[in-house]
Amino acid sequence: MNPVPSFSLYLILKMASGEVQTSDYQQRRWHNIRKVLERSGPFCHPDFEPSAEILDFIMNSCKVLIVGAGGLGCELLKDLALMGFKKLHVIDMDTIELSNLNRQFLFRKNDIGLSKAKCAVEFINKRIPGCEAIAHHCPIQDLDDGFYRQFHIVVCGLDSIVARRWLNGMLMSLLQYNDDRSLDQSSVIPLVDGGTEGFKGNARVILPGMSACIECTLDLYPPQKTFPLCTIANTPRLPEHCIEYVKVLQWAKENPWGSSTALDGDDPQHVAWVHEKAQERAMKYGISNVTYRLTQGVIKNIIPAVASTNAAIAAACATEVFKLASSCCANMNNYMVLNMSDGVYTYTFNAERKSDCVACSNTTRVMDIARDATLQAIYDKLCEDNAYLMKGPGITTIINGRNKTLYMASIKSIEEKTRDNLKKKITDLGLYNGAEILVADVTTPNTITIKLKFIENIDVEMSR
Amino acid sequence: MASLSPKSPEQNEKSKQYDRQLRLWGDHGQTALENGHICLINATALGTEVLKSIVLPGIGAITIVDENNVSDEDIGSNFFLETTSKGLNRGSETLRLLLELNDAVQGHSVQEPPDQILQENPDFFKSFSVVIGTSLNEKLIKDLSQYLWDLNKPFILCRSVGFLGSFRIQFREHSIIETHPENEKVDLRLDVPFTGLSDYFDSIVISTLELKDHGHIPWIVILYKAVQKWQTTNLNRWPMSRKEKNEIKDIIQQFIRSDENGVPINEENFEEAIRAVNTALLPTFLPVKVQDLIYSSAAINLTKESNPFWIMCSALRAFVEAEGKGNLPLRGVLPDMTASTEHYVKLQNIYRNQASVDAEIVYRKVQQIVSQLQCDSISETEVKLFCRHAHDLHLIIGSNIALEYQTGSPVASYIARHLEEPDVMMVHYILLRAADMFKSEHCRAPGEWEPESDIAKLKNCVSKILSDVSCSPFPKDDHIHEMCRYGGAEIHSVSAFVGGCVAHEAIKLITKQYNPVNNTFIYDGASTNSATFTF
Repeated sequence: MNPVPSFSLYLILKMASGEVQTSDYQQRRWHNIRKVLERSGPFCHPDFEPSAEILDFIMNSCKVLIVGAGGLGCELLKDLALMGFKKLHVIDMDTIELSNLNRQFLFRKNDIGLSKAKCAVEFINKRIPGCEAIAHHCPIQDLDDGFYRQFHIVVCGLDSIVARRWLNGMLMSLLQYNDDRSLDQSSVIPLVDGGTEGFKGNARVILPGMSACIECTLDLYPPQKTFPLCTIANTPRLPEHCIEYVKVLQWAKENPWGSSTALDGDDPQHVAWVHEKAQERAMKYGISNVTYRLTQGVIKNIIPAVASTNAAIAAACATEVFKLASSCCANMNNYMVLNMSDGVYTYTFNAERKSDCVACSNTTRVMDIARDATLQAIYDKLCEDNAYLMKGPGITTIINGRNKTLYMASIKSIEEKTRDNLKKKITDLGLYNGAEILVADVTTPNTITIKLKFIENIDVEMSR
Repeated sequence: MASLSPKSPEQNEKSKQYDRQLRLWGDHGQTALENGHICLINATALGTEVLKSIVLPGIGAITIVDENNVSDEDIGSNFFLETTSKGLNRGSETLRLLLELNDAVQGHSVQEPPDQILQENPDFFKSFSVVIGTSLNEKLIKDLSQYLWDLNKPFILCRSVGFLGSFRIQFREHSIIETHPENEKVDLRLDVPFTGLSDYFDSIVISTLELKDHGHIPWIVILYKAVQKWQTTNLNRWPMSRKEKNEIKDIIQQFIRSDENGVPINEENFEEAIRAVNTALLPTFLPVKVQDLIYSSAAINLTKESNPFWIMCSALRAFVEAEGKGNLPLRGVLPDMTASTEHYVKLQNIYRNQASVDAEIVYRKVQQIVSQLQCDSISETEVKLFCRHAHDLHLIIGSNIALEYQTGSPVASYIARHLEEPDVMMVHYILLRAADMFKSEHCRAPGEWEPESDIAKLKNCVSKILSDVSCSPFPKDDHIHEMCRYGGAEIHSVSAFVGGCVAHEAIKLITKQYNPVNNTFIYDGASTNSATFTF
């Protein structure tokens, strides 16, 4: 078991800022939270010193970034604003849709089409006096390290694993180390992360460089459900197979709206077209139950969502943000799963750090590879190995002090030029035992350095 | 340009708005929700959070009973109040702002004190599907829970103090047809194939199949054939032991064909058959839980007042004893497997057809019972759904909250057992109860003014409760101290967590889908821990 890392944001910042500003923290409406902030208790964090300054810090100094203004984000904004936080920033690139309204309670039908972040912020600032939330209507990748560095805590309610990994990588890249390679705690921005799917969810606390991060625990995400192409094309059995066929093959072949129009799961005409064609295919094969709802679910890969699960998970995250900011009791250590489908069940466990995690270990990752392997083998390992699970890694290296692109899929012209390298042996590309490759991917804002280690005798591995 | 075909039904606005939840409880679950009416007593932060997550998914109606006026503390912890709400009735203010979330929901506000309603107009509670109460005093908890128990109305009592939260669900019984189990067991009847299935199996001879077809027959067929072959030398028994199952695997191996060089051809359906040996060879049986249900007195001694669940259980028993030959109606669901479309669809239809034949028989029996009893009719759709889920039917027998307050009751010894373990979550339960008791004795929450001086008084309350459950006093002074630190504070995020859970459970009760908590849930936000107790 990892020991619980000792971390007190409040103490770190108190030392940094010093002076207490006068403020409205004495208002009667804060009486509830003041009790736990201004009184000591037997279960408090060891560094906790009850005082009125803590609420002042929460209200006037502590800057919290909420990533995502959807099901979790709306709840988080409300929860944190009612726990005294005023300096809230919200970032979300999406606009409001009708199907959001069954849980994203800061939006109304009139708001459909508007920015989620802006709408949510406007509502919260109006409802809660003194709240100074600020909206950012853009992708998280549009903002740089300077932006992220200003926050004391980041709390994240995203539905995308890639975005979550990118954000995790960003916070890891802000870490600073002292000369003796020990972590400089003032560079740590805690990340509280929540996620839901139907009646299930999870909430976790990540202290970058100190406790398990998103990349340390990639294997906790369920593998994506996919259908083999040959089944879809030749032996469909399920209604999903018929829909997938139209989505993947028939759309590209028939281009019903012209070759420049991609299938849009939010365009009802597109969905209707896929639905109709999938029904035709299903009829041909004697398959039943291709419904409009299922069609849309398959096209958009829809994850069911309900207000209650989001409320519970966001609340668990908000509690942890409050604890981080105040030290009024120890933080969750460090991962909670919630399942509300059979009764209500929670389980909290200590997700362990990976000593050689690509994102948070401050060490160079080593990849074992056969001497006679091709570049394709490295590429596949980056995509399939649980330690990386990348989406389309670009691989470069430095040979004789010069950058050399070995393979890059993201830019078409470079992909064409470097495609042949995949088949070549890595030794023919100038790579050697101990050589370093630099890998870039959508799952991280940073270039990752990986050291190659040649395994001479690969029979052992093959005979397993 | 492609045009929108009239064959594709454009979804209506309501199903678009509720799309993400309809995928969890279906249109019929939604209809049940829209016919539901929730009564909340006290629009605290917790109570309001509960209603928020019930109004959003589209409950039919809510009624808030609250005699209190809005205070500054309310505004600080309750999102559905505005600065201008101060001094106004708390119920009507929160109602106004809650209803903005969903214009399909009806709302009412009642300003009379709940104990007065209970005394003067108890019929008031009859019209609700579920009653939810927060911040109730000890006497009201006892009186209201007893009254709602007698009335057979579901009641959820919830609390939020400091980092602690809890809820207790009270009902007499709750039956669930659609429990949505995570791993639904398959119902294939390989050991007792019905005529349509055995005819299909007999129509296939593995050894004479063309190679392409050989790789496309469903594993169910392969497994069945392997067992048949095994039975010829094993007195037609059914393979049960591990050794026998391994023999079946060997036979399947022998079915696998080889290429011209004698190398076995890799065929996925045969691999699936080998993998399925351990699970799919389990003999068909009547689950004990379902057996208990259909032979319970409620299913045997039907009256005009019996609810549809018991009438269907009774019809199910008749089916099991006659046509089912000891087994339930066929589920009629075929899992996906490697197979050609033709084979798969044919086999799927064989299962589906038999399932609908079985359900039809049960439906006729239901109709007979209904006409004998002269009670309300039950639709064929309901019966089909019931048969489809007959393997997973679930019944929870509830208990009266008042029992928790009775010295010498079985609940008291249950509590004592958990305290002696010692179970810290049960300690939290005792402290929440003790805080209630403190409040009725001292007219304030423990530590509301000053924590230290209330510690001894709260300790007295704890001792009283412990002696009621015949448990020796425990040295848990730190927990008593912590409760006094809270001073009755309602922390928004704790209320939001419990509120989300309670809303969720209320939706389960109304839609009669998914198993609710049986029956007490305790949450400690400080340690991020929770527990379920069955009182």
